[in-house]
Amino acid sequence: MKARTKRGMYVILCAMILSMAAFFALRAFQNNLLYFYTPTQVLAGEIPAQRSIRVGGMVKSGSLTRSEDGMEIRFVFYDENQTLPVYYRGIVPDLFREGQGAIAQGRINENGIMVAEQILAKHDERYMPPGMEDSKLKNEVAPILRNL
Amino acid sequence: MIDAGTIQARKWLSPPFFFDKALKWAPWCLLTGMVIFIAALWWALFKSPPDYLQGESVRIMYLHVPSAWMSLFLYVVMAGCAACGLIFRLKIGFYLSAACAPIGAAFTLAALVTGSIWGKPTWGAWWVWDARLTTELILFFLYLGYIGVRSAVDDQNKADRLAAVVALVGLINIPIIHFSVHFWNTLHQGASVFRMDGPSIAISMLIPLLLMTLAYMILSLAACLESTCCEIMRREHGRRWLQSRLDMH
Repeated sequence: MKARTKRGMYVILCAMILSMAAFFALRAFQNNLLYFYTPTQVLAGEIPAQRSIRVGGMVKSGSLTRSEDGMEIRFVFYDENQTLPVYYRGIVPDLFREGQGAIAQGRINENGIMVAEQILAKHDERYMPPGMEDSKLKNEVAPILRNL
Repeated sequence: MIDAGTIQARKWLSPPFFFDKALKWAPWCLLTGMVIFIAALWWALFKSPPDYLQGESVRIMYLHVPSAWMSLFLYVVMAGCAACGLIFRLKIGFYLSAACAPIGAAFTLAALVTGSIWGKPTWGAWWVWDARLTTELILFFLYLGYIGVRSAVDDQNKADRLAAVVALVGLINIPIIHFSVHFWNTLHQGASVFRMDGPSIAISMLIPLLLMTLAYMILSLAACLESTCCEIMRREHGRRWLQSRLDMH
């Protein structure tokens, strides 16, 4: 075998071992790498007790209410299976609105309501001008790619 | 038996030949890159529409996303060149690899900083420790580690090989960064362009984005060529071929 081929094989072998090691390490850390829990996980009790946690979900349309001074808000998070009511006192980011994703950090109280200390707004992967329909967006670039 | 293609390739990979070509092409790349960059910037700032949700702040995307793409792309190029250096004992591979590192590190920093500036008004936080942001920060440290190893070892040939190993080990981070938003719950949103069911970005926004990416590519090439020449001059110092060229200028 040529020395060059040997070195190449050596590099490829090391790369394979390393990627397997990384794969198993990441699998082991799976839960620690989650930035937030879903309402389903919260209601199934898959959350650490007595600790501040982050919960992420979609803000249910029509669920958002504000107090008179505008400082207190209540809304409901939902995912595929469950809903979770949230209470928050403070200023929310610009992108926080109904029908969009958000993340709340706080504790779940004895009534099953999440009392948030911080609200972060998530934004989705759609980029389009105001007024554009979702179906139009899907049919804008995809046909060009198909015809390439 | 050596065919014409191999001879051509060997010619290109020899430092003197590369040096001559790189010095000649770098200014043209810089000029082309700047022209495209200005056109892309104008398109991004004035011609492209605001976003349905974010409004005008979406325009940070045209700097943030290409920077992030380049940070990944240059790392792959850097590691690829380093691997060629290791396997084929190719000096120019190590030189190119060394040239990519600071450029890639700069793009990584640019992606992190523009992301932070974008994150505050949209998400409501400058920084969060979610999987995407954390793995991109690790990429920055990998670049710094590579640069650090290269300058820490006195024997230059040894430094080349050690740094190449660092670059190759770090390569595992690249798919993790890309798929981080897919594997884990993150605050960062999923991919908009490179996704299975087609891009979810309007074409009026995709064009300036791709144009900006092209500009970054060409500007990176210009910087990489110049930087490789610097590395060649540093490493081949005192060689007759280099001295004769330096005397000419």
